[in-house]
Amino acid sequence: MSTRTFRVWRGDAEGGELAEFDVAVNEGEVVLDVVHRIQAEQAPDLAVRWNCKAGKCGSCSAEVNGMPRLMCMTRMNLFADGEPVTITPLRTFPVVRDLVTDVSFNYEKAREMPQFAPPADLKPGEYRMQQVDVERSQEFRKCIECFLCQNTCHVVRDHEENKPPFSGPRLFIRAAELDMHPLDARDDRREAAQDEQGLGYCNITKCCTEVCPEHIHITDNAIIPMKERVAGDRYDPLVWLGRKIFRKGKAPSATD
Amino acid sequence: MTTTDEPAVTRSPRAAIKARNLRIDNWRRGPILTVLGITAWVAYATFRVFYQGDYWVADYHYLTPFYSPCVSDGCVPDSAHFGRFLPDHPLLPYAALSLPFLLAFRLTCYYYRKAYYRSFWLSPPACAVPDGHAKYTGETRFPLIGQNLHRYFFYLAVAISLINTYDAILAFRSPDGFGLGLGNLVLTANVVLLWCYTLGCHSCRHVMGGRLKHFSKHPVRYRLWTISSALNGRHMMWAWITLASLALTDFYVMAVAAGWITDLRFVG
Repeated sequence: MSTRTFRVWRGDAEGGELAEFDVAVNEGEVVLDVVHRIQAEQAPDLAVRWNCKAGKCGSCSAEVNGMPRLMCMTRMNLFADGEPVTITPLRTFPVVRDLVTDVSFNYEKAREMPQFAPPADLKPGEYRMQQVDVERSQEFRKCIECFLCQNTCHVVRDHEENKPPFSGPRLFIRAAELDMHPLDARDDRREAAQDEQGLGYCNITKCCTEVCPEHIHITDNAIIPMKERVAGDRYDPLVWLGRKIFRKGKAPSATD
Repeated sequence: MTTTDEPAVTRSPRAAIKARNLRIDNWRRGPILTVLGITAWVAYATFRVFYQGDYWVADYHYLTPFYSPCVSDGCVPDSAHFGRFLPDHPLLPYAALSLPFLLAFRLTCYYYRKAYYRSFWLSPPACAVPDGHAKYTGETRFPLIGQNLHRYFFYLAVAISLINTYDAILAFRSPDGFGLGLGNLVLTANVVLLWCYTLGCHSCRHVMGGRLKHFSKHPVRYRLWTISSALNGRHMMWAWITLASLALTDFYVMAVAAGWITDLRFVG
C-alpha cells in the first residue's frame, strides 16, 4: 500500500476547482477504487456516477490526467510513482456536480435516428440472416454507450456551436450498423448520415477510436465506410455512369 | 436525466476547468515527428522532381518512380515507354501526368488526412487537446469537401501503380538479355509495397466489397474485401513505408545513374 495524491474537480454549473486528496492505494486497484476511498474517508458528498465496475455499463466515464477513460478500467499502475492523478468530469457535456455530467445530448441525438426498419413482408420470427452478413454490424453492437468518443470528438468538444448539426461518432456507428444490416430496408441512411447527422464534419482524426474502451474501430469500420458510401452515391464517376446506363435511381449498394 | 425540455445544446455550462488540457504524457511527439517526416519527404521529392537528371540507368533500364511515366520531350528516349509529348520546361516535371494525381491520392488519403489535420493544422493536435482554431466546419464545404474525390484519385493511382509495375518488369533486361541486380530488388520491393498501400486504401476496400449489404451473395468480392481489409488494418504503416521506399528507390537509381555507386549485379 502507498499514499498517492489525487486532484479531483469539485464544483457545479456555478464553478469549481481541483481539490487535492492524499489517499491510500493498494496494489491492483483501479482509479474508481481510489475515488470510492476518497468518498468513504474524506469527501462523502463527492458526486461520481458508477455502476458495474467491470467496463460494461459505461457509467464511470471521466478524464484521468486529461485523457477520457472509464475510471473502473484505468489501473493505478498506469501512473508513475509519485505522479499526481487528476480527475475531471467530461468536458463536452454540461456539468451536474463534481464528476457527474449531463449526457442527454447523446440520447437526444439517438432519438433523432430512424430505427431499424425490417422489410414490410417479414413478420417477427421470420428474420433470417447469415453470419457473414451481420458480422460488421455486430462489432458496433459492442458499444456500451460510455460516450467517451462523443466527449473526445473535437467537433463538439471544442466547438459547442456544432452540437445542433453534429451527432457524433456514437451515432455514426449506429448509422453504419443499420446501413450495413442485411435486413434493414431503409435506403436513406447515407443521406441522413451526411445531411442530418453531420458526417461531413468528421475529419477522421481518430480520437474516438483511440478512447473507445471496447476497441471498436469506429473510424475505419464505421465512419470511413459511411463516408465512402456517401461518396459512392454522390461523387463516384463510375457509379454515376453505371446508374445512367442501367437506369438505377439508387446506388446498387442499397440493396445488394 | 434532465427534467427540462430545453435542448441539451443550450443547457447549463460545462465544468469550468482552468487548464485547457491536462494531459501529462508526451502528446506533442506524434505531431512533431509527422511534421518532420512529411516535410523532409516533400523537400526531397520537390528537389528530385525538378532536378530533371539522373533518373534513368540505360544499361539496366532502371527508371525511378519519380519520373514514371517519363512523357516530356526532355526524357531520354529509351526511358519514355509511353511517348514524349509534353514540352521540356524546367518547371514542368518529366512525369507531369502522374505526379499531380499521386500527390492528390495521398493528400486525400484517410490516413494522411488524419496525420496532417493533427500535425500541420492542429485540428486537433492530439486527443483531448484543444483544437487550434476558433471555428470548425470539417469537410462540409469547399475546399475540404473535395476530400470526397479520393475515389477518383484511387482509380488513377491503380493505373499509375500498373505503370510502375511495368517499369519494374522492364528493368529485368540487361545488355546481355535477362538481368538481375540489386536495383531490380529495390524496384520490385517498392512496387510490392506500393500495391500494399494502394490495395489497402479505404476507397479500394469500399469498391472491393465494402459497399455491399450481403457478403453472402458475393463470395468473391467478400474475399477481395477481406484481403483489402487486412491490408487496410496497417494502412498507416504502408503509408510511411511507401514514402520511405519511394525516396530510397529514387535515391538508389540516382546514385547508380550518377555513377556514385555501381549496381550490384547477380545475373547479366
